Amino acid sequence: MSQHTVASFDADLGTLAGMISDMGARVGRALSDSTRALIERDVQLAQQVIASDRVIDLLQHDVEERAVATIAKRQPMAVDLREIVSTIRIANDLERVGDLAKNVAKRVIAIGDQPPPINFTTGLATLATRVGDQLSAAVRAHHDRNDAQAVAVWKADSAIDALFTSLFRELLTYMMEDPRSIGLCTHLLFCAKNLERVGDHATNIAETAHYVITGELITAERPKADATSAIDPNLLPPAS
Amino acid sequence: MNEWVSLNRDSGRGEAASTTTKVRAERVNVHYGDNHSLKDVSIEIPDRGVMAFIGPSGCGKTTFLRCINRMNDVIPIAKVTGKIFIDGQDIYDRKVDVVELRARVGMVFQKPNPFPKSIFENIAYGPRIHGLAKSKADLEEIVALSLKRAGLFEEVKDRLYDPGTGLSGGQQQRLCIARAIAVEPEIILMDEPCSALDPIATAHIEELIDELKSDYTIVIVTHNMQQAARVSQRTAFFHLGNLVEEAPTEMIFNNPKDKRTQDYVTGRFG
Repeated sequence: MSQHTVASFDADLGTLAGMISDMGARVGRALSDSTRALIERDVQLAQQVIASDRVIDLLQHDVEERAVATIAKRQPMAVDLREIVSTIRIANDLERVGDLAKNVAKRVIAIGDQPPPINFTTGLATLATRVGDQLSAAVRAHHDRNDAQAVAVWKADSAIDALFTSLFRELLTYMMEDPRSIGLCTHLLFCAKNLERVGDHATNIAETAHYVITGELITAERPKADATSAIDPNLLPPAS
Repeated sequence: MNEWVSLNRDSGRGEAASTTTKVRAERVNVHYGDNHSLKDVSIEIPDRGVMAFIGPSGCGKTTFLRCINRMNDVIPIAKVTGKIFIDGQDIYDRKVDVVELRARVGMVFQKPNPFPKSIFENIAYGPRIHGLAKSKADLEEIVALSLKRAGLFEEVKDRLYDPGTGLSGGQQQRLCIARAIAVEPEIILMDEPCSALDPIATAHIEELIDELKSDYTIVIVTHNMQQAARVSQRTAFFHLGNLVEEAPTEMIFNNPKDKRTQDYVTGRFG
């Protein structure tokens, strides 16, 4: 896109875009660190994730202030206005993802070093990788103004839902088999749910990117495959 | 008295905002000498409501505005071709009395231009020459009503016989709007009515436009894009004498279709 007559307006927009990229990178790292801490039982890494969330919160605050100041100062129109509003929305989504990563990290500390009675890591690791990819793809789609990529992210969320549903069933089965695993499995279930929620935020970011690029909202029903709220525990296989 | 004017003056008055067309322009071209200032402009302006014309200086928006009440007639080198219809009547038809036309299509200019007379006389002049008042009491009523509709009455009711030029800029502009309203026009053309006013006076005028839009068809030329976004329901963007895009205002400012419109509203024209 061509330059504004007022060059400092371009600088304002550039700064905001840079802050979103920075936030995206930090949140992506917090997310991957927290799941690695969970899988490797790394309490120290978990503590780092918790500490780093403060920076993410501050960044979100900065983005919001700067965006509001830019609106007041420049009275942006059309694509510029959408752009600035989108930074506020995306910063909000990213901040929430940061909170979810922090929550996973807290659970790592709560679980401590009690030995895992079960091999749960494969499913969670797959989910975490998938979610991380979705998140970075969404942020990149916004940054590169790539609508095809934004729509692809939006459509792919149902795969995450399906993974979460299968993890849910798996963990429920473990709990039924061995009631001593209930405490641990409940924590793991929340971690899985957190990751599934991160997927939803990635989808939000993709929707925002689509709005910036096209000026139109995605009005179609989002494809969903999270069936856990309808699972009847009595229908699960009985404990052996 | 011109025939069609008397036949059509009351058409469609007093109803809720409609979607009927008030002004229809077909392939209007304006030349000032060798300068082709307006190129093949076709547009429909709906009855009642506010239409804003935006565009960079020299884009033809004021030129086109001036075609709607034949103000270009007074410029010897100006040549207007094409057709403009008001309520289906061709205003460039030979039968049309231009004086009557300009009573139907009032105009408010960039710089407030009250007559060097009293506030009362500024308003009374039009109704008097158009024979709208049968008695002095009638005339006084018209003056009071016009000032009230222009939101100026309370401020000037105790000094109606003071000179109009003694008012503040914003009050003078509202006086000019009251003067335009006094002859019961159907269309009010406003050529950058707020560009000489401070923000408070501007807010008063915008508030007034908002109130008038249910009774009048208002066409406003403005350089202030936020103002166009605030006061109008539809916006037309002109560039280099062409009408580039005409659409609901939120469309023009949120998601314009044409790249030139996009560049202009976002401040990317060098």
